[in-house]
Amino acid sequence: MAVAETTAPRAVLLQGNEAVAEGAIAAGARFFAGYPITPSTEIAEVLARRMPQVGGTFIQMEDEIASIAAVCGASLAGQKALTATSGPGFSLMQEMIGFASMAQIPCVIVDVMRGGPSTGLPTEPAQGDMMQARWGTHGEHSVIALVPSSVEECYTLTVEAFNLSEQYRTPVIILSDALIGHMREAVVLPEPGSLRIAARGEPDCEPDEYDTVSSTLDNILPRPPLGSAFKVHVTGLVYNRRSGTPDTADPAAAADLGRYLREKIYHHREAIVRVEETHMEDAEVAIFAYGSVARSALAVVRWARAQGVPVGLVRPITIWPFPTHAVDRMAGQVCSVIVPEMNVKQMSWEVQAAVSGRAKVVDYGRIDGKLITPAEIKALVKQEFYYHKWEDE
Amino acid sequence: MSALVDEQKLEQSPQGDPELPRIKPHTTSEIKAHLRAAKTLWCPGCSNGTITRALIDALLGLEVDPTKVVVVAGIGCSGRVSAYLDYSTVHTAHGRALAVATGVKAADPSLHVIVAMGDGDSSAIGGNHFIHAARRNIDLTALVFNNSIYGMTGGQTSPTTHLGDRSTTSVYGNVEPAFDLCELAHAAGATYVARSTAWAYRQLVNVIAGGIAHKGFSMVEAMAICPVYYGRFNLTSDPTEFLRLQKEHAVPAGEFDEGESRVRDKYPVGLLHHAERQEFVTALTEVKERAKEASNG
Repeated sequence: MAVAETTAPRAVLLQGNEAVAEGAIAAGARFFAGYPITPSTEIAEVLARRMPQVGGTFIQMEDEIASIAAVCGASLAGQKALTATSGPGFSLMQEMIGFASMAQIPCVIVDVMRGGPSTGLPTEPAQGDMMQARWGTHGEHSVIALVPSSVEECYTLTVEAFNLSEQYRTPVIILSDALIGHMREAVVLPEPGSLRIAARGEPDCEPDEYDTVSSTLDNILPRPPLGSAFKVHVTGLVYNRRSGTPDTADPAAAADLGRYLREKIYHHREAIVRVEETHMEDAEVAIFAYGSVARSALAVVRWARAQGVPVGLVRPITIWPFPTHAVDRMAGQVCSVIVPEMNVKQMSWEVQAAVSGRAKVVDYGRIDGKLITPAEIKALVKQEFYYHKWEDE
Repeated sequence: MSALVDEQKLEQSPQGDPELPRIKPHTTSEIKAHLRAAKTLWCPGCSNGTITRALIDALLGLEVDPTKVVVVAGIGCSGRVSAYLDYSTVHTAHGRALAVATGVKAADPSLHVIVAMGDGDSSAIGGNHFIHAARRNIDLTALVFNNSIYGMTGGQTSPTTHLGDRSTTSVYGNVEPAFDLCELAHAAGATYVARSTAWAYRQLVNVIAGGIAHKGFSMVEAMAICPVYYGRFNLTSDPTEFLRLQKEHAVPAGEFDEGESRVRDKYPVGLLHHAERQEFVTALTEVKERAKEASNG
């Protein structure tokens, strides 16, 4: 564990995108490559100024494909690296995210979600990339994705994203949105020394002894950087997990690698998945909400509780791997789950699968670039407590 | 490694321009020490082995520390070179080798980064990265294996397939003119541009060595022979005959007559362009110094 170097002040007024940039610096990221796109551009602008100050590299690449490619290259050369984008750029990055997943390259991709598809609603928030984050690249793979719902979380989850990517040697996606990214809040940043900063480390053996065979689900071996005596080979082809050499002729090698790439995330699900529960202890109705929508949902839970109505909030901070255990627990307790989201049923389907018929799932989607307000969620809660005499309205 | 390289005859191969390094060819056992695999999946008669050997020869001749060499490759026949070479190697996605290499070099400027690409890899799907890497003048050596066709997928038209040529996707003759990759690189800002052929082995080694030694973006176009697809569809499926045709078509840069030679489908070989201009990673390092001064003062 190393102590983070940061010059960020303790209590500051920060924009979500600025907080992501400062969080990356605090996490030890020293390489950013990106391409301007609304509503993520401030991350690039802040890092264009900040990266060189801390001895890091900022490059504005020719497009988003080049950006994620350069990030992969920098990571392979030993740097903690990130890129930031929004919907159209995130779509362009998918192939190289698959490469990072296959070749086990630690890196962080920030997707500040906006209305889509295509150019869509460039300046308006949305949560339409939830499934793209999970399945955007082709083929079987696993992924870690985090969803901040405050400016403070933009900072802390960026640090967490780097830690997870370094530990599990995998791309980690931060799903922010136009509201969270552009919102300003007073944030008390954690003391730099109090942050947990994970680093990939170096193999503790001689090059001729280096053998990925000893890399197990419980002990994911660090890969030496490019340009060392280890002379590693990195490939997007199916490779023999033991030797690292491409092997597309042996079905057993392909199955072994595929299983390993999937299981190395799922095996650690308990350590990776974070869910925040508010007033869930005796809740009869739960609201499952994430990102900016969780802010409206929290206001509704407080309003209901003030009137003695048992409503709780389940807020996934980790959305991939999906917090199945938390939803499973919730399904055994509540009568209904309300899933408001700025898309059409993307996570509500996942909730339904985990609830598996044990509770009613009420979905509510908006795709017009407008926020889901507390009033809209209140109306959904009222339907579930139709027998209650509400005090206001 | 390649049947096309006859060590006895290497001495007679043209060497190219006097300002290039003069590398004395190394023995097959010296070359093999830098190979991981004894076998390749390249077709019989393919010249990719010759070009791979030339790259190792150049690195040996320049006495580059092999642990500091990184070869970043794209996808296609040429991309497979990454798995065969015993250096740090990255087999990236189709077209993305230069963008990945940009990240590698910027993150660790002490590395010698060689970017192995094919013609379609570098100028079709990766064309954007090609011109921007050249524009930045980043200290990479792009080695383009140009066989004028997509070989790995079975012989389709590439941006360097000539007008009128046949391929499986230009059945009635190619209706598109070809890119001249050297002119493209020069126009985009590359500060070292050279071309050679699989036939002129020593010249090929020397132009690659010159590219590696150059500080800035260097592009070496290695004219490859693909007897199995390009040759069979257009010229000849006999590798020896194909190499003889390369000898006829390759004109030393100093003797090349732009108007007269082009119409006869000839191309200049040797060092085509050489200039000094600020290198990208050096510029990034200066930015860091300026930023630190600004934040301290």
